[in-house]
Amino acid sequence: MATNEKIFATIQEVLVESLAVDPDEVEENSTLVDDLGAESIDLLEIIFNIEKKFNIHIDREELIPSSLFEDAKYCQDGKLTPDGLEVLQSKLPNADLEAFKANPLVQNISKILTVKDLVAVVESKLEQQ
Amino acid sequence: MNWYWIDRFTLFESGKRAKAIKTITRAEGHLRDHFRFHPVAPASLIIEGLAQTAGLMFNEATNFEKKIVLGKIPELRFYQTEIVPGDVLEYTAIAEYVKEEGSMAEVSVRRGEELVAEGVLVFAHLGSQFKSKQQFADGDLQDLVRAYGMYDVGVDANGEPLKDPALNV
Repeated sequence: MATNEKIFATIQEVLVESLAVDPDEVEENSTLVDDLGAESIDLLEIIFNIEKKFNIHIDREELIPSSLFEDAKYCQDGKLTPDGLEVLQSKLPNADLEAFKANPLVQNISKILTVKDLVAVVESKLEQQ
Repeated sequence: MNWYWIDRFTLFESGKRAKAIKTITRAEGHLRDHFRFHPVAPASLIIEGLAQTAGLMFNEATNFEKKIVLGKIPELRFYQTEIVPGDVLEYTAIAEYVKEEGSMAEVSVRRGEELVAEGVLVFAHLGSQFKSKQQFADGDLQDLVRAYGMYDVGVDANGEPLKDPALNV
């Protein structure tokens, strides 16, 4: 099994356990919030369990760059500015932001996270080890 | 309203683990109806005791600067539910993760040697968007941890006794 397939399989296991979903519902492109029904507290638990399984440390900022929200250059009236979207894309190079760009509300940012993003973060962490 | 669901801490290692005891007494009002002539401690309040043990451990670990709330119970299994007046429960919380945005603990309940329940609790550390919401009235949280004996048994990361901030004034 290729490394990222192994990572996917472990992440799938974590998501099945945390979100009480069926394994076949967890696909690479599934979004955690809309497709798998995760709430913010679930995301926290999922990160903890992924860290435990892979013995790595993930900052929430690496998945949801919330520091952008505090900078007026990047966030105004609860929405990310074009500059903010650019920085967001650079921080999450694998994320597909097309749908989010149509209405870049801060509260929707966690909705862009997909299973693929989790796999990518774990893969890059393991490569750094 | 009193919302004290542990009696006191018996062990408190900053950011690592905490143990607390809770004695079930016939005088607890809800036991009159739960159940009539057959008092049994409700599992929900045993879970609250675990949440207070773990939650206060995380409050102390984050210098009482966060609003910490029980967010999720991913696992919790009861092996014994017949908990009755006179029983002394020991709650144990072991910190697995303490982060800026949340924390997670492994928890267990024992009655003597007997394992009553075990599981995992996840806490959310509420951020600045909840700044205007007051979780405790001024001083109440410190009064609570003092009443629970956190400063009587607590030690910091170096094993030195925890300092009660009220004594530093």
